[in-house]
Amino acid sequence: MSAETNMPDIEALMQAIPYARWLGITIDQRGNEITTVLHFSQKLIGNPVLPALHGGVIGAFLETTAIAQLAFEAGAGPLPKPIGLTIDYLRSGKPVDTYGRAVITKQGRRVATVHAEAWQEDRARPIAAAHGHFLLKAADEPAEK
Amino acid sequence: MPVPTWRGGAERVKGISGVFTACEDFVMASGFKITPEHIALMKDVLIEHVPHAKALGMTVVNAAPGEAWLSVPYAENLVGNPETGVIHGGVITSLLDNACGIAVQLALPERMSIATLDLRIDYMKPATPKLELMSHTHCYKVTSSIAFVRGTAYHSDEADPIATCVGTFMLSANRSMPMTPEAAAEAMALFAQKKGGAA
Repeated sequence: MSAETNMPDIEALMQAIPYARWLGITIDQRGNEITTVLHFSQKLIGNPVLPALHGGVIGAFLETTAIAQLAFEAGAGPLPKPIGLTIDYLRSGKPVDTYGRAVITKQGRRVATVHAEAWQEDRARPIAAAHGHFLLKAADEPAEK
Repeated sequence: MPVPTWRGGAERVKGISGVFTACEDFVMASGFKITPEHIALMKDVLIEHVPHAKALGMTVVNAAPGEAWLSVPYAENLVGNPETGVIHGGVITSLLDNACGIAVQLALPERMSIATLDLRIDYMKPATPKLELMSHTHCYKVTSSIAFVRGTAYHSDEADPIATCVGTFMLSANRSMPMTPEAAAEAMALFAQKKGGAA
């Protein structure tokens, strides 16, 4: 929790995940809006000819975006675990920074459904979208609320 | 040679020569015959010249017409949960996406550019820390413009999967010329020059 706003510090959470740090994902948090930023680096390239970002990187980024949004809305506790994720690749990812936003379409006690989008220069022209299910708590863990 | 099914049972043959013996008699419906050169080219172009695959330490362990076996070694920087040391789901996404792409290339009569249309991944269980990730992908149908693939990520037993996936790929996605290793190397050099850094 940050002292002033009483909101979970998602950036600190993200920096604690080695893989998110390695990919170069940071959080731009403005009030209750979370935007994830994937900073471009050479190692993210999947097709050197175009060049274009690796599809797996885009998938990983969308998954991380969904987790960040869930961690923000669900508050402290264990990190949500992905159950399934469907990624639609809409445009090739250019070798520039990528931004992501996620919306929780339904949050149950144990499972949440999340939709995430990634874009580069133009928010109206997303490069990829994903929707997935995340496990918030295992069945044998006691529900807190 | 019994054609391995995607649900396991395929023998893991190390090295390209072993693969060659296994696939020697396999001729694709189109008349295309898979050769060790073809597999070496796949290995070279699809891993060596894909910076992200290289960064993850991805290797083609085995290949057959329409099928690929890849591995990614465990590394601390790929951890998704610092408390448990479990690898991030995104690493599995990258491995399966790349492995699906290679399976498609191995099902095509010639090299062409492909693009992932969609990929669905189901996570069955967390990966075990410190263990190498394996994947087996199979491109089971190719039409004039789309290829269909499914795959599994596992540690040692394919029947006990960490994740499974299904995906579709668009063929001749970018209308670019088939990429030879030389062309790929040249492209990488150009790219590195342009970006001012080693690829």
